Amino acid sequence: MISIVFSVLLILVVLGYFFGRQRALSSSGGTIGSLHSRPPYHGMYVASWVGIPSILLVLVWLTLQGPIIDMILVKSLSATKLQGLSQSQIDIIISQIKSLAAGNVFGEPDAEAREAAENYLRWQSIAQWAMFAAAVAIALAGMALTSGRISQLFRARHGVENVLNLVMIACSMIAILTTLGIILSLLIEAMRFFDRVSITEFFFGLNWEPQIPIREGQVTAGGAFGAIPVFTGTLLIAALALLVAVPTGLLSAIYLTEYANPRFRSIIKPILEILAGIPTVVYGFFAVLTVAPAMRDFGAYLGMDIAPNSAIAAGAVMGIMIIPFISSFSDDAINAVPNSMREGSYGLGATKGETITKVLLPAALPGIMGGILLATSRAIGETMIVVMAAGLIANLTANPFEAVTTVTVQIVTLLIGDTAFDNPKTLAAFALGLVLFVVTLCLNVLALRIVQKYREKYE
Amino acid sequence: MSDTAIKPTQGHRIEWGSEQQLKNVKRRYAADRRLQLFGLGAISLAVLLLGILVFSLVQTGYKSFVQTKVLVEIPLDHPSIKRDEPGKGSYRVIVRNAFRSNFPEVSGRRDLRNVDRILSSQARFIVRDYVVANPELVGQTIKIALPLSDPFDQLHKKVIPSQIAALSQREKQLFKSLQDRNVVSIENDVTVVQIDAFIDPEKVAAQDLDAGDYEGVVKEGLRSYFLNYQPSSYEPILADNAADAVKNFVQQNPGVVGQTVQVKVPVSEHYDVLNKGSEPFVTNPRFDSAKQIEQYKALNEKNLISTPFNWELFFNSDSRFPEQAGLAGAIVGSFYTLLVCFLISFPVGISAAVYLEEFAPKNRYTDLIEVNINNLAAVPSVVFGLLGLAVFLGFFGMPRSAPLVGGMVLSLMTLPTIIIATRAALKAVPPSVREAALGVGASRHQVVIHHVLPLAMPGILTGTIIGLAQALGETAPLLLIGMNAFITAAPGGILEPATALPTQIFSWADSPERGFVSRTSAAILVLLGFLVIMNAIAIFMRQRFERSW
Amino acid sequence: MEPQVGMDQEIEKSTVPATGVSEKPGETAALNPKMKAKKVSVYYGEKQALFDVDLNIYEKSVTALIGPSGCGKSTFIRALNRMNDVIEGCRVTGKILLDDMDVYDPKVDPVQLRAHVGMVFQKPNPFPKSIFDNIAYGPKIHGMGSNKTDLEEIVETSLKRAGLFDEVKDRLKEPGTGLSGGQQQRLCIARAIAVSPDVILMDEPCSALDPIATARIEELIDELKQNYTIVIVTHSMQQAARVSQKTAFFHLGYLVEEGDTDMIFTSPNDERTESYITGRIG
Repeated sequence: MISIVFSVLLILVVLGYFFGRQRALSSSGGTIGSLHSRPPYHGMYVASWVGIPSILLVLVWLTLQGPIIDMILVKSLSATKLQGLSQSQIDIIISQIKSLAAGNVFGEPDAEAREAAENYLRWQSIAQWAMFAAAVAIALAGMALTSGRISQLFRARHGVENVLNLVMIACSMIAILTTLGIILSLLIEAMRFFDRVSITEFFFGLNWEPQIPIREGQVTAGGAFGAIPVFTGTLLIAALALLVAVPTGLLSAIYLTEYANPRFRSIIKPILEILAGIPTVVYGFFAVLTVAPAMRDFGAYLGMDIAPNSAIAAGAVMGIMIIPFISSFSDDAINAVPNSMREGSYGLGATKGETITKVLLPAALPGIMGGILLATSRAIGETMIVVMAAGLIANLTANPFEAVTTVTVQIVTLLIGDTAFDNPKTLAAFALGLVLFVVTLCLNVLALRIVQKYREKYE
Repeated sequence: MSDTAIKPTQGHRIEWGSEQQLKNVKRRYAADRRLQLFGLGAISLAVLLLGILVFSLVQTGYKSFVQTKVLVEIPLDHPSIKRDEPGKGSYRVIVRNAFRSNFPEVSGRRDLRNVDRILSSQARFIVRDYVVANPELVGQTIKIALPLSDPFDQLHKKVIPSQIAALSQREKQLFKSLQDRNVVSIENDVTVVQIDAFIDPEKVAAQDLDAGDYEGVVKEGLRSYFLNYQPSSYEPILADNAADAVKNFVQQNPGVVGQTVQVKVPVSEHYDVLNKGSEPFVTNPRFDSAKQIEQYKALNEKNLISTPFNWELFFNSDSRFPEQAGLAGAIVGSFYTLLVCFLISFPVGISAAVYLEEFAPKNRYTDLIEVNINNLAAVPSVVFGLLGLAVFLGFFGMPRSAPLVGGMVLSLMTLPTIIIATRAALKAVPPSVREAALGVGASRHQVVIHHVLPLAMPGILTGTIIGLAQALGETAPLLLIGMNAFITAAPGGILEPATALPTQIFSWADSPERGFVSRTSAAILVLLGFLVIMNAIAIFMRQRFERSW
Repeated sequence: MEPQVGMDQEIEKSTVPATGVSEKPGETAALNPKMKAKKVSVYYGEKQALFDVDLNIYEKSVTALIGPSGCGKSTFIRALNRMNDVIEGCRVTGKILLDDMDVYDPKVDPVQLRAHVGMVFQKPNPFPKSIFDNIAYGPKIHGMGSNKTDLEEIVETSLKRAGLFDEVKDRLKEPGTGLSGGQQQRLCIARAIAVSPDVILMDEPCSALDPIATARIEELIDELKQNYTIVIVTHSMQQAARVSQKTAFFHLGYLVEEGDTDMIFTSPNDERTESYITGRIG
């Protein structure tokens, strides 16, 4: 049905184009030069007014149709059937009715369900036909209205360009809409979470056991939602990652910018960038396959007991992933230091090393710091490496050889599989997501500001 | 100026030739070299780590590009197969009997079942599909290569051994402590350990010597050697018939009840082997029996086993059985997801970038949009997953696991990349081009559409391909919208449940079967292959088409 | 170092009549060459930028290098303390002697050489550090002044010599980048003085400054020549005439003419020099 609607609208759009062009040609009285806009613009003008409103209507209709029919369906069910049921149980009944309507009969549905399923099918087909009729009507109305305006002096090109402007503005609003969508969805679900679990418990509690099954009517009595161990685990792994990445990345950048010859640099830089292009799921598997067993063996050799999903394995692999961030940011920052600084230092008889450590690095420090902050935000938000290589159990420890869990691990494990939106377990993921979003956003804004200030200083 | 005392600061002049200065200069150059060395070391470390990563993936993954198969002769004369309906035969029986005919000597339910388990349990479907494709073969006898089950595939590729050490290092150490006490000896070619057994009257009643708890007596006796250990760690040292040795002894000497006696009891088989100076082995528990391995070896000696290229890896979809699991579903799913992502993010990204770069007035709103785009580029990907889950699945009620939703979420992540790349490409078009076009009377829109965009297109496409390559490797957001589902067929459209390459890698990495380790590496190599191709296209386009003005 | 006997011939060979110098008050008649360039050519990759330059630089005097842009004067001055070493693909042939020591001798350490032959650049380039640290940087890396008092003394003397001390003595801890352009340039001069060089090379030190700041620097150069040998590259002929005793005119990579400043500016031998100083080429 949907594809039929779209094909019909497409045909109308094409018709509108030719219709508009034809009218423009005929109104010109044979001399195209007498038209304000060239005929194709008239065609595009008509076509855009035929196509855009009707397609927008279809899209809005499609998004609202499901929820509205569900609402009518719930209303139509007798009060006795729904008495005392929670939202999730109502959802189950609705999905049973839907699967019944789709022809999948499980067990013995009662008469009311059968009737509801029939109603559901009927409403759906009514809605579809109504949508079809409304879309075609709007398209035809658009054609009628706009083709009436076509004349010699009509500024069709301006009309088309105005439409284009609107489309472009709408497209650039998507960035804002996405941010709004993220903030709203995280806030709303997190609010629902904080209705059930107190904010103080979440931010200051030391016990995180969300996986404990929660019985009906006893929502907060079960699992514990003190997120401190999750936060400390995240920080521990991020710190280990930075411990690997910052020295390696910074020293690489120093060598590449100041010591390496251009040939060496042109070979090594892309190789380092490969590290940034490898998907994180690959790093996660690398941690599990190679790094964690190697660390365990090494630990056993030293007589230490290293957990199979130790923080250090996850952190080290994450560090490898972050090396190119640090190195490319440091590279940019060191390169941005004006050459006159280098010459001034060499002119005083400083060696290259002294010039780097005493002049270039202090001058480039803000830029490097910005890069490290961005890398930190990256490490905190990194998901797949820790999901595969870090632990699931929240563990309040600073020992890198033990298993810890992170915010992103918890988000994924809480939400993977079938999810219903009304228990604190799933909602907790959104509360964690909100914290993650806010923290990374602050780090990013801070980092971008520092880097920008630094660039201005030398430009 | 002139009133400032100007005198040469002779007190601080450097004595260049002095020994101290020479030392100083030497030290300074050493520091310089040290820094250079550290830098080179850091680069080597990074390159080395990349090398280890690639090497370990290739080393585990390359074995999955071939599949161990056995040639089976199958008579298609079973009455259940009909030429007009070849799909309905009882292929399970047909394939099973055909394979069993390799081992006519085997009998017994258990052993026969073990024979069946050498072959992949999916073999019957392969034969069925083959017959359905070639119905004229019904009634004839065909020779077909069928995959072995995962343990034998891994055994043939020498990933897992047929036998493993029976005793752990710890168990050997415990036994060694017994040997050090000189209580282990060999009598009648059987290793025995001498224990001080207290014939506890509560365990062994003098009246009824046959029914005593001799096992308890023996264990109690052995315990004296291992006071600090868990019984479960040392009791396996005793042979099953150790209690009988004590029983015999007591029956021969009924008077010892209530006394402590020294008895020599036999040790179990593995410790016996160990004591005689060789390493005890057992059949790898991944196999059902040692006989099964002999049967596999027999097949191998008859040259029936081959390892052809594993086309199934690319043409099969996911399966619970590693030997049958392939990437077709994931590749198709990733294709649909990227298609949706491209169809949304490419036009929207270009429109937004053109607006911001060419038309937008400089005001608070456009500033806000720019700040938003820059920040979106750095939002953790898992947050986009939460957005997709809450808005697309939760609010709009779109289907779970569908490439449509995956593509929409990924397009939101790709947008900033495309917008930033497009704006850079637009900026690189010199203003003279715009002025020239404006000068001949084109409108600003015509200037952009006719002149600026075509010139910027290579840069835009390069940025788009790089954005799509990033999207192809993105995993976390797809997990949250359920694209890690177990789906055994390639999706037929953007609304059907599907997996994608990275989520397939994630689920395989989580699977316990040994064969999936190698398959995961192979899947990663396939994913990296796609990424290399996409980036190579981007680099090629950048070098071929991008001009400097 | 005292000039050796062999050098007298060089002085005689050079086009400097002793009388030409004595016209300026307070100048000694006999000047000893501090640095000598012999057949110096500089190549950037394949391109030759300087052709067989022979030039003497005399002790405790100011030598000005003039010429149109791209004539090789900056290349030459940078060859004197081997600053060209840091440029990729740059090659120098010929000899440059500092007190008889060939600065391009492989045994010579460019790092030590640059402490002897300091440099001040076109644009003031103070390090993004405090005024104190800017000046103390050189002495610190060269291991001069074993304690803080020593360093303070060096900083103070250098600032005094650069005529900057009274202006900045209350804000030594503030960043050097906060000073005005002229002050920054004097800071850079003080920074160069702090390592007690023999020779100070100045590569268009006033080109980024306003006239008042320029006058201040010129005044400073005049005072510094009592203690230091100074080479200055300038595109301003008036400046060369004001501050220098010797002038060398470069054109298209060749040293066209050198000699007493007065002579170069009043009666140049070469036609090209004359064209340049009368404003016909440049």
